[in-house]
Amino acid sequence: MSQITLTVNGAAQVLELEADMPLLYALRNHLNLNGAKYGCGLGQCGACTVIVDDQPVFACLTPCAGLEGKKIRTVESLGSAEKPGPLQAAFIDKQAAQCGYCIAGMLMRAQALLERDPHPDEQTIREHMAGNLCRCGTHLRIIEAIKQVAGHNGSRT
Amino acid sequence: MSEANGLNPSRRAFLRGGALLMAFTLMPVARRALADTEVDTLGTVVLAPDLPGSLRTNPYLDAWIRIGADGITVYTGKVELGTGVKTALLQIAAERLQVPASAINLLTADTALTPNEGYTAGSHSIFDSGTALYNAAAQVREMLVDAAARSWQIDAAQLSTRDGIIEGPNGERMAYADAVKHVDVHQYAKAQSPAMAAADFKLIGHNLPRLDIPAKVSGGAAFVQDMRLPGMLHARVIRPPRPGCTLQAFDAASIEALNGVVKVIRDGNYLAVVAGDEWQAIKAMRAGMESAKWSGGEAIPEAAGIHDLLKQLPSKRYPISNNGNPGGATETRFKARVTKQYLMHGSIGPSCAVAWFNDGVLTVWTHTQGVYPLRAGIAEMLRLPPDRVRCIHTEGSGCYGHNGADDAAADAALIAMRLPGTPVRVQWMREQENLWEPYSSAMVTEVDAGLSQGRLQDWNYELWTTPHNERIVNAGRLLPARLLAKPFTSAPSVPIAQPEGDGDRNAVPLYELGATRINMNFVTTMPFRTSAMRSLGAHINIFAIEAGIDELAIKAGLDPLALRLAHLSDPRARAVIERVRDEIGWPHKSSEPGAGIGFAFARYKNIMGYCALAVKLRVHPQTGEIRVDHVVTAVDVGQIVSPDGLRNQVEGGIVQSTSWTLYEKVAYDAGGIRSYDWSGYPILRFTQLPKKVDVHLLDQPGEPFLGAAEIVQGPMAAALGNAVSNATGRRWLNLPLTRSTQPA
Repeated sequence: MSQITLTVNGAAQVLELEADMPLLYALRNHLNLNGAKYGCGLGQCGACTVIVDDQPVFACLTPCAGLEGKKIRTVESLGSAEKPGPLQAAFIDKQAAQCGYCIAGMLMRAQALLERDPHPDEQTIREHMAGNLCRCGTHLRIIEAIKQVAGHNGSRT
Repeated sequence: MSEANGLNPSRRAFLRGGALLMAFTLMPVARRALADTEVDTLGTVVLAPDLPGSLRTNPYLDAWIRIGADGITVYTGKVELGTGVKTALLQIAAERLQVPASAINLLTADTALTPNEGYTAGSHSIFDSGTALYNAAAQVREMLVDAAARSWQIDAAQLSTRDGIIEGPNGERMAYADAVKHVDVHQYAKAQSPAMAAADFKLIGHNLPRLDIPAKVSGGAAFVQDMRLPGMLHARVIRPPRPGCTLQAFDAASIEALNGVVKVIRDGNYLAVVAGDEWQAIKAMRAGMESAKWSGGEAIPEAAGIHDLLKQLPSKRYPISNNGNPGGATETRFKARVTKQYLMHGSIGPSCAVAWFNDGVLTVWTHTQGVYPLRAGIAEMLRLPPDRVRCIHTEGSGCYGHNGADDAAADAALIAMRLPGTPVRVQWMREQENLWEPYSSAMVTEVDAGLSQGRLQDWNYELWTTPHNERIVNAGRLLPARLLAKPFTSAPSVPIAQPEGDGDRNAVPLYELGATRINMNFVTTMPFRTSAMRSLGAHINIFAIEAGIDELAIKAGLDPLALRLAHLSDPRARAVIERVRDEIGWPHKSSEPGAGIGFAFARYKNIMGYCALAVKLRVHPQTGEIRVDHVVTAVDVGQIVSPDGLRNQVEGGIVQSTSWTLYEKVAYDAGGIRSYDWSGYPILRFTQLPKKVDVHLLDQPGEPFLGAAEIVQGPMAAALGNAVSNATGRRWLNLPLTRSTQPA
């Protein structure tokens, strides 16, 4: 066990963890944050995507030991069910979920793009989101929700 | 449709003389003679055959609706699988109770609380549960109004209801919660329900935002994976490298010594580890995988010969349709073999369950599609009376059929029984989901069909398949139960009868044909466990039928879409086809090299929703890569409950079927399954998405609910195949539509 300080959603958290523990399990089981999901443990599906500093990161692959001093953000940082942030509100507005298991990861990958490039075109969105898998086929709505925040009007494709 | 009688008495539909599902209406007329669906595989008993929807199996009104001082509770035996059905059922109940949706607490499947509606499958939820609620809610409301009328001595016709209050002409007011004191809701529903004009619907046919989405976008506890019970431990299972292996050696003591490990379970070939922390459990699982030495195992065939093998294995032949006289020689023939590979459900979240054996009762939180069948299976496996097991549906990742959900629940149950008083959460790892979920069957079909003078003549179709419905009818259907020292054996496989169908779902073309000879060869001796996946055999059968219609039309110099219309008299079938024709601008010929257009149509199971679909795509001349530019579809699922929910299902079906049809197959060889993860089983990513999808909804106000979730899978596959043929001049008939799977 090691004492590791993680800065998650703006708050420093001192945790007793096994040093090889991937961030995903620290978030879910030690900080009770549900957003990041276990999907593959291999960085292939993106269900665990969180933002570290300003980059989308696979939490399932990233050991906690290397994350001290970095700013970790999960979907919980964007807003709540009662007060959703702009991207969350767009996903609700477009009803951009079916089962929703992938959605928190989708939101965080999209958030990282929008922070870097507030007005991406659709092709950029498609390429950027390719690291995250959805099995229900909700992709079209996810794109629409991101475009809404990116300031596209309805006529643009 | 006539069917050969008596050839196989185990198939109940034949004993009923091939009775087709009779059309039912929303209001008065009952639906009869429905059995042998994938829904009521186990435990549902038809008590009231004249009642509509699931009132047939659960006729008491208070099984569905209870009103008390604490508000209105509505119960459904169906579950939310990510299709939005919970919200849609709420819309129906609220509409007919005439209360705001927010006034209702809707509970989904829980063996302690809700009706037994079998499985949530087969696009049946609105069809079964929605129809039951549509009628039950209206009857309960009528009883409440009658009670107020009696109390006030006013004719009930003079009363109205608003927001859960009954109002009289002289300012009388009575809340439902007060009126219900004068009513006995514990009684059979009636065959007749109060009528309501579709034009008066305020919720049905309108969009209500889904109840579950806000939590899912904000990290709420939305899934069984997110459950945390006090003192909960984490478990992982250790599976053999393949089915049929025997555990030769396992050093349990060394695993027990690992950090945080609470328990190591060994029972025959069943292995599991339990730890205080999930990461510790995963590390113990990995150490256990290293330690376990296995021998033997079932032989796994080489993938290249799978379709020849399917035809050689012992099988039972089921006649599906044998109609008319084949007649003489035809001008144009289409004779071909069509194949499909094993597919995975491929849930993004591996299967998970939480179980807790406390005070003599085992409670299992599970994302199963059928809490009652699962409860029976778990009770048998644990040798507990069923009333000592409670299964509560809790959402998981989308399943699209029978995935690892039930097996993971059995894992949690087995483990929790060895840790009385302690809740246990188990989640499968990605490779466990991929290697152990039941697959969608590989299939081969052979078409031989003729056309003369513009008319379809004889249609000969033979298909070979393994089971599509290995649902939980006994403990042996639960994978962990087969691994125990005293193993359980799976019940014999029985296909779902027509008209719903199994591997033969949608094997009978809806088109008017001169003669049909359609047979299914049902193969049950395979190394791969196969079971239900969205649309069952309809995916390949519609692909094959629509390829055949296309080829016959092209060979005869006819327009394929016009040929379809010439053989369909059902106005609703024609309407969806004509809508797509007009929206996409058919016929269309692109001058761009490699560009193609394809069209397809089907009515799901020939009795449910209608779907016509056209695809424009491009095939790269060198790489064979397929880019889908435009998809246009028109669907008719009867009275629409939630237009946006329907649209979401149709869009999702288009994307998922594109992935199945263009990219997917389980990889295996004699050494075992190779599709361990998403690199070994690639599915569609954002960059491969259709560029544009247009969905047109043809509402049928007041008509029966037909179900939506699976209507697109077959037509999308077929339209892709027809468009590839149009683009390349070559008819690709092996799924997935990659160059390497086609003849040289």
